Amino acid sequence: MRMDAANVAEDVLKTSTDRILSDLEGLEGPLLPILHALQDEFGFVPQQAVPLIAERLNLGKAEVAGVISFYHDFRAAPAGRRVLRVCRAEACQSMGGNELAQRLQERLGIGWGETTPDGAVTLEPVYCLGLCACAPAVQVDGDLLGRADIDRIETILSEAAR
Amino acid sequence: MLKDEDRIFTNIYGMHDRTLKGAQSRGHWDGTAGLIQKGRDWIIDEMKASGLRGRGGAGFPTGLKWSFMPKESDGRPAYLVVNADESEPGTCKDREIMRHDPHTLIEGCLVASFAMNAHACYIYIRGEYIREREALQAAIDEAYEAGLLGKNAAGSGWDFDLYLHHGAGAYICGEETALLESLEGKKGMPRMKPPFPAGAGLYGCPTTVNNVESIAVVPTILRRGASWFAGFGRQNNAGTKLFAVSGHVNNPCVVEEAMSITFEELIEKHCGGIRGGWDNLKAVIPGGSSVPCVRGESMRDAIMDFDYLRGELGSGLGTAAVIVMDKQTDIIKAIWRLAKFYKHESCGQCTPCREGTGWMMRVMERLVRGEAEVEEIDMLFDVTKQVEGHTICALGDAAAWPIQGLIRNFRDEIEDRIKAQKSGRSGAMAAE
Repeated sequence: MRMDAANVAEDVLKTSTDRILSDLEGLEGPLLPILHALQDEFGFVPQQAVPLIAERLNLGKAEVAGVISFYHDFRAAPAGRRVLRVCRAEACQSMGGNELAQRLQERLGIGWGETTPDGAVTLEPVYCLGLCACAPAVQVDGDLLGRADIDRIETILSEAAR
Repeated sequence: MLKDEDRIFTNIYGMHDRTLKGAQSRGHWDGTAGLIQKGRDWIIDEMKASGLRGRGGAGFPTGLKWSFMPKESDGRPAYLVVNADESEPGTCKDREIMRHDPHTLIEGCLVASFAMNAHACYIYIRGEYIREREALQAAIDEAYEAGLLGKNAAGSGWDFDLYLHHGAGAYICGEETALLESLEGKKGMPRMKPPFPAGAGLYGCPTTVNNVESIAVVPTILRRGASWFAGFGRQNNAGTKLFAVSGHVNNPCVVEEAMSITFEELIEKHCGGIRGGWDNLKAVIPGGSSVPCVRGESMRDAIMDFDYLRGELGSGLGTAAVIVMDKQTDIIKAIWRLAKFYKHESCGQCTPCREGTGWMMRVMERLVRGEAEVEEIDMLFDVTKQVEGHTICALGDAAAWPIQGLIRNFRDEIEDRIKAQKSGRSGAMAAE
């Protein structure tokens, strides 16, 4: 379930965060699993959750915020309805990944890390999805696509829009 | 050429059955309980005798590393951590193991954990490996169901749990202490050593961190005997090894070969030769992006093992990710690309690396265009020496070495480009 930042009401956030914390705080090294769970729930890691996590895990707020900003995968703001990640590593670049990336940016009218104004698509770079044999590769939400070209990506994105 | 019956990874291309049943039919999980019943000392002695050197890049003897773990627990648990954070440009061997032959790794985890008195093992896989994570998790579930993991794992009397932990997109987490920090849920910043992980690692407990390939070969070595494995390769460089050949060869591939194979044989037998023939070979990075590049002419007769590449060519075997570049390559731009990568991935903890990687990348950027003075080449070399060895972890070294290799081997080319730019003849030189 994805929500907009504005729509995460204080009580919803607190209930969800408390539940996730209760489920996971018993783990060894619980912070990353907790952040992954929050991101699964809200689509991003809400700023307001930071003090709640810090309090329960007996960490500093700065410590928690530092971990969130350290890892590329955690986002501090909601993403678009679909997240399109384009592989920017060597093998994909040599197979036309640069051109594909450029055309995608033109078509969507956004740069890396940005979301289209209608909130449909977020475009992100990623370094090696492990699909070098069928480069260039992209990832649309959880699904991988090898030998990607602009038409196939457009098809997938337009199916999502419906 | 390595004979098929001597290959450890029998399903590296995923052509056969990837399930537990398929793995068992190829000889994996055969008599695992028997291996464990021979005892901890026997396993470690066999590993030492096999001469296996760590496959993650540094080439540290695996048996010796294991023997650093405390023999008797002082009350703290011990852990095995498998480093599956394979992110170095060019390196793509572990993903083939996890995707197509995951049971070699899982069985290895059980045997190795027993040898180090560990009841729990974590596999840290990088977040971008989605298919690999699915395949490995499916294999782990299968093994639990069949009683090969869990209480009395594989009927050996040893209780053992295996966890798959996925990262969140940071290259530095492949450094062993950064990986431990990340597992503990902190920022992946490397720790000072000592204390070494064998003394105080994960949660302050004795820990060994090994590469995927180092662990996956263990059960087969123990089954077939240390002397079998030691029979491949030159003295001190024993065994079989996965080579990942990419770049300008006719048929890029990941292939298991005996150590100390010559570069020429590796390329001719498995990769269909260099694109455009041997005269078209310009440079080779023989061990993944962090080792210095080598000129093509010195590579043809090179012996692919740790000692030759380090001793004779001033490079290294690293992870055996061989990147081949032919004469159409702009080698300066290729190394700039690597400099950019390391700048992006520096964790920012140590000043020489945080500042140095950016500085080196910006100078490299100007060298690519030839907009520099010839003296700046020496200055750049000097800066790489200031970064190398002055950081907590090896990322600083890894950023410095490719540039040192470039300057040592292709100085003429850098100078030519600077001169051409100065005299306004840059059109022909600025090859894309």
